[in-house]
Amino acid sequence: MLDLQGITQIFGGVTALNDVSFTIRSNEITGVIGPNGAGKTTLFNIVTGIYQQTSGRVLFEGVDISGIPAERLASLGMVRTFQNIELFGKMTVLENVMVGLHSRSSSGLFACSFKLPWVLKEERRIHDEAMEWLRFTGIDELADVTAANLPFGKGRMLEIARAMACQPRMMLMDEPAAGLNSQETLGLAELIRRIRDRGVTVVLVEHDMELVMDICDRIVVLNLGQKLAEGTPREIQENHEVIAAYLGDDD
Amino acid sequence: MVSRKANGFSGVKRELAKYLLFTLCVLLAPFAFLDSYLLNVLVFVGIHTMLAIALNLLLGYAGQISLGHAAFFGLGAYLSGVLTTTYSWNPWLTMLVAAVVVGGMAFAIGFPILKLKGHYLAMATLGLGIIIFIVFNEWVEVTSGPSGFSGIPNLQLGQLVFDSDLKNYYLVWCFVLGCVLLSVNLANSRIGRALRAIHDAEVAARVVGVNARLLKVQIFALSAMISAIAGSLYAHVMTFIAPPSFGFNISVELLTMVVIGGLGSIYGSFLGALLLTLLPEFLRFMHDYDIVFYGGLLMVMTIFMPGGLVQGIPDLFRKLLNLRKGKGGNHA
Amino acid sequence: MELGTQLLQYLLSGLSTGAIYALIGIGFSIIYNATGIINFAQGEFVMLGGMLTLFLLSVLQLPLWIAIPLAVLLAALVGLLFERLAIRPLRKASPISLVIITIGGAILIRGLAMLIWGKDTHSLPSFSGDEPIMLAGATLLPQHLWILGITLLLIGLNKWFFSHTTSGKAMRACSYNPRAAGLVGIDVRRMVLLSFVISAAMGALAGIIVAPLTMTAYDVGIMLGLKGFCAAIIGGMSSGLSTVIGGLILGVLESLGAGLISSGYKDAIAFVILLLILFLRPQGLFGKPESERV
Repeated sequence: MLDLQGITQIFGGVTALNDVSFTIRSNEITGVIGPNGAGKTTLFNIVTGIYQQTSGRVLFEGVDISGIPAERLASLGMVRTFQNIELFGKMTVLENVMVGLHSRSSSGLFACSFKLPWVLKEERRIHDEAMEWLRFTGIDELADVTAANLPFGKGRMLEIARAMACQPRMMLMDEPAAGLNSQETLGLAELIRRIRDRGVTVVLVEHDMELVMDICDRIVVLNLGQKLAEGTPREIQENHEVIAAYLGDDD
Repeated sequence: MVSRKANGFSGVKRELAKYLLFTLCVLLAPFAFLDSYLLNVLVFVGIHTMLAIALNLLLGYAGQISLGHAAFFGLGAYLSGVLTTTYSWNPWLTMLVAAVVVGGMAFAIGFPILKLKGHYLAMATLGLGIIIFIVFNEWVEVTSGPSGFSGIPNLQLGQLVFDSDLKNYYLVWCFVLGCVLLSVNLANSRIGRALRAIHDAEVAARVVGVNARLLKVQIFALSAMISAIAGSLYAHVMTFIAPPSFGFNISVELLTMVVIGGLGSIYGSFLGALLLTLLPEFLRFMHDYDIVFYGGLLMVMTIFMPGGLVQGIPDLFRKLLNLRKGKGGNHA
Repeated sequence: MELGTQLLQYLLSGLSTGAIYALIGIGFSIIYNATGIINFAQGEFVMLGGMLTLFLLSVLQLPLWIAIPLAVLLAALVGLLFERLAIRPLRKASPISLVIITIGGAILIRGLAMLIWGKDTHSLPSFSGDEPIMLAGATLLPQHLWILGITLLLIGLNKWFFSHTTSGKAMRACSYNPRAAGLVGIDVRRMVLLSFVISAAMGALAGIIVAPLTMTAYDVGIMLGLKGFCAAIIGGMSSGLSTVIGGLILGVLESLGAGLISSGYKDAIAFVILLLILFLRPQGLFGKPESERV
């Protein structure tokens, strides 16, 4: 579904990524792991249209998406979450998810100002769908809470609900378990499985090895900007190079 | 930012009630102030309210700073004034033309200018405002330069000529009421949410599909359009316009009104406009102190009441009430 | 006057105003580099320099060579107060709040100046007389030489301070990475304060040396501040040579424009340049483009 071909990224004098290529298969959960500084977040930013790669191509369902800005990727079916959750802090939980439905609604400036009849219908639909996604992630009771006041774990759930509201075909998650305690991480694992079961392909960048080994169907390992290995969790666990790269690395 | 309970339908009823109350007060106010002078001041409160709301949409909702908004006000005034007077166009037509032309200009310049953020955007809008101000002053053949442009006819509807304070009051406030209605609708809509999302976390908004670039420019253009319409109204009400009414000082006054009222609160902008238009009238001795006053006010509000009066006054009440409770209810 | 001499005249006066813009621009850059804030009140420090000197000369009857350093000191004090009262309480606030508060501060200072000294324009006496000096057909005033001389001196002092003193190097460290600077024991807050004090002093001095030529009043700060900012932008917000060049370019272009095209639109030239640079090359003529890290 997602095809990375020869991605190279050079920042000034630093080569962050060097000729990275791999393919993500649909309806799977793929994990991208690697020691700190391996280039995982940079790769993410390139795929999701925030950076432009120095060379190489990114193909999403066969279409070259290099250079397509982030806002258009949402309507093409790709969405991402952030490592330091980027919530709309001053808006309520429900409103955050309603913004997630932006690309699936269409009332414009003019129509909204004049509150034309179809706008009211659309608002109702947005409201109801947003509540559904809150229920999906289990935070519907918090609908009217201001997002900035949420505890971190719930904030993570909100970000996921908002991303799901885009009804993406692929969701990229940047360290979703970061900052979660072990119970919350279990809840996260179950949620990601449910997301996959809905037909969404999931790619995650993670440091939490238990989570990765638990839920991922395939794993890609990066080290120092290059792809080190690729395979099932079992294969990766037994790969000597991977073990060597991680020796001494704190989780 | 004022937070309200989300878009439940009780929220809609509350907004409607607020608006009806506001409209009622506006319609009845002249009867309390048939004293002509105050009525005249209230006409300007109306114009300032429109300008403050326009700036608030850009600054309070979308989070983009503009220090040159008086320029759009002036462009609307001069376009409308010159076309009506020098070229004898129909005044209502010139208002429409002013709105479209200024809106179009803002749309075009919006793309490069809104790529800038924070301080740089502030400086750029400041520079733009000053360039336009200089044009008002120097293009004497068209604008009559520093001495001002006079002879602008009043607006009229059929036989009704808007030439008295009372008539101008209703004329201007009709526009203001329309502006408030549209802005409140916009603020509570999908677009309003998208704007606030851009303000809070632009990258995240883009990632879920909000076309931040386009939306910022659209709001910038809308904001300019409203300011231009206010300018046109101003020209026809005053029948005389001069460059000092459209300079940097005015841009700062508008900014102060929005900040005092509360960024992101439409009714707050009305409050700010009301206060800052009335105060100089009541404190005539303040004339030389007005600059110091604005500066001090901006600083104090930013430090102590960043949410503006709309948030600050209820907060103050709450604090006072809590203090009372803490004292064991000694005071009745 | 034939064209060649005319051009030379414009060039010379342009260089002189350009030097002033450069000094003001460096003031902006110092604060920006230390704090990330654009100090909208910078122009007011320039105004204070001229007005305070005038006050010390006329009311307190102090001789010029005492009045000037004293005025600079007083302006630096205002800078200190400004940082303490306006900037420090808002360290964590949004850019909008910071912009608004520096604007508020600028207006407050301007308003107080108006209350204390009125709205009239005044002129400061030239430092060493008004005998014009002839240079290849163009006229130069002694004050122009003072301007160029003092500017060079200040730039040299600046360079020395940032490269060879502990405080200067500490401030540079803060501008690159405040967190890291704090961790190695640099008092970041003190550096912020220092940056305001230095910028205020430089701005004031700039205002003083140009006042004999252009008169001074309570509201000269706005235009001078903006043009100084323009110089800083052209120079990519550097506190060194780039901003100096930026200022000189601006001064000369303005002077040529005023002389050859129209003097009414002279002020607009600086702002058109400002907009062009912000649109086309926001990192300045000499800077490298920045990429945003998410």
